Amino acid sequence: MTDHDDLLKELGLDVKLHHEIFGAVDRNFRRTVLAQKGRPGRMAYFDGVIRGAHGERVREIAERRAAGDKFIGTFCVYVPDELVMALGAIPVALCGGTSLSIPYAEKMLPRDICPLVKSTLGLALSNTCPYGPIEDLAVGETTCDAKKKTWDILAAGGDFHVLEVPQKKGPRDRDLWHEEVVRFKERLEETTGRMLEPDKLAAAIRLMNRKRRALARLNELRKAENPPLSGLDALVVMQGALVDDPLRFSENLEALNEELEDRVRRGAGIATGGGAKRIMISGCPSVLGNWKLHHLIETAGAVVVCDETCTGTRYFSALVEEGGSGLDAQIAAVAARYLTIDCSCFSPNDERIASVVRLARDHRVDGVVQYVLQYCHTYNVEAVRVAAALKEAGVPSLKIVTDYAEEDTGQLRIRVEAFLEGLSR
Amino acid sequence: MASPDLFLGLDLGSRTTKVVEMAGGEVVRFDIFDTTHDSILKVRARLDRRDYRRAAAAGYGRYLMNAHLDCRVVTEITACALGARFLDPAAGLVIDIGGQDSKVIQLGDGPGAFTEFEMNDRCAAGTGRFLEVMARLLGYGLEEFGRAACEADETIALSSMCTVFTESEVISLLASGRDRKAIARGLHQSVADRVFPLAARLEANGDVLMAGGVALNPCFVDLLAGKLRRPVIVPPRPQLVTAIGAALAAAR
Repeated sequence: MTDHDDLLKELGLDVKLHHEIFGAVDRNFRRTVLAQKGRPGRMAYFDGVIRGAHGERVREIAERRAAGDKFIGTFCVYVPDELVMALGAIPVALCGGTSLSIPYAEKMLPRDICPLVKSTLGLALSNTCPYGPIEDLAVGETTCDAKKKTWDILAAGGDFHVLEVPQKKGPRDRDLWHEEVVRFKERLEETTGRMLEPDKLAAAIRLMNRKRRALARLNELRKAENPPLSGLDALVVMQGALVDDPLRFSENLEALNEELEDRVRRGAGIATGGGAKRIMISGCPSVLGNWKLHHLIETAGAVVVCDETCTGTRYFSALVEEGGSGLDAQIAAVAARYLTIDCSCFSPNDERIASVVRLARDHRVDGVVQYVLQYCHTYNVEAVRVAAALKEAGVPSLKIVTDYAEEDTGQLRIRVEAFLEGLSR
Repeated sequence: MASPDLFLGLDLGSRTTKVVEMAGGEVVRFDIFDTTHDSILKVRARLDRRDYRRAAAAGYGRYLMNAHLDCRVVTEITACALGARFLDPAAGLVIDIGGQDSKVIQLGDGPGAFTEFEMNDRCAAGTGRFLEVMARLLGYGLEEFGRAACEADETIALSSMCTVFTESEVISLLASGRDRKAIARGLHQSVADRVFPLAARLEANGDVLMAGGVALNPCFVDLLAGKLRRPVIVPPRPQLVTAIGAALAAAR
């Protein structure tokens, strides 16, 4: 991730600090992802997406900008990418997954804020995120308090739009969210200087649905008795989904899925011998740079077969209804799909709890690891109800609260190994 | 000559290392020594005698042993659960407070001999290390520290759970002339308060057993029992529970 000096210099980044931070991210990637054995050959494309996230991808976006398209930075799976794409703009999720940028955020933010928010703000403040200088609009949302207040800080530095995600899912909230999506469309039209056209929106909806179908197919393949790829590799694919060009990504994922289907047919997979315990990770996302929990679980001998997270099912489940006639119907369909996302910011949130239990059953998991990024209060507190629902369904669960730093790996390893020892299979 | 009947259990903890030898379902020998830069050599030397049928290691250093000979690896959760069950078949819950962490284990019939467990987060509050630091600060040896706390007429409540903040708080209390024993008791209470919610999250269907070096401190055991409102049983040599469990895991 550190061999595009000319580009980074051109963007006015602190190249030395960038290499310090992303050299470590790359070493971490090699130590965890690339160190795995028996990986599917077509994972090579997705490794390239991760490693090109601060190189080729930035160059490609800069070129499209020079040709008149706009670049939109996002921070949440609640941002309707369809609208961005339909206006010829490029959406990329910019959440930070490295602990090394956190000190630059702590110059300003209190310590007891979640690592994702601190890492993200730290990348912005340390002038090491190559997407910052080319951003035409950044889009935040109101899924948690730390984010809301961070947007106020970031908004001072450039064009910023905040989507109000409601806290409940009643009729009033649906109306509010629909209005928010319309307002977002207007803001995007202003930024791009283009008007949203039904044909282009229909095409963007189809493309995003294609991408979601491919991700859902991958998720289906993980249900196999002998999963054809590791949970860590599935995570790498998901992290790529948040950065890569949607069409190229979908084509490559469809190709990977074919390879995996072949593996499943042959009974080939990563759990050779079939003894590996099947684990689902539920809760907070693991964004680019963060491979900690998947690595920990899988090096302890288990296999992660499902992610009920924002870098998992929350990103790709449910499609936008296609075939709406006219912009109003299309926008309503987009808004409706996004409000089905089960973030822990909602109250009540029975849909999410039911979905965790359903996914655990569908993927025939032996246990669920609830992943809470430190200081993420909503997932941390909701873990109580999730654990109770899982227990009732006969599924053991373990809650892990941690941040991006490696210092607690020893303690976490004991917890994970003990949890696995306690699972009967 | 390897004895077909002898099993070795190792508990390579952050503060002390424990070696237990079991034969015929009984502990026949044990050794406890401080974990230092070369304690691992001592354990290796013991393993090199190869006079046993199988060995298993638990604790932070368990993987160092895995690479050595054919020593099995088991987590201290499973090992502690097995050890507790062995020492008290009526045990339902074990509270194990060691040097670097505290854990509460609900015993059960699963393959790990437990159903659920809770552990402290990464900080030192609520661990043996906290008590060790505070004893030194008050000028007590470890045993003396527990005795002093037992003898105190009152308890001075400490406002912080954090080891570093508590240190400053204790220094100011000493500077303002407060009774050393009462501070000692307050510090014990603080650890009991920290461990209590971990224990309260799990149901105890049977005896509550305490394991780990801190169980040798009668004041702490009393305070914890008071907080839990039920008796807390301390087996003889509670520091050995996990090593015994490791020996049992080796025999499985």
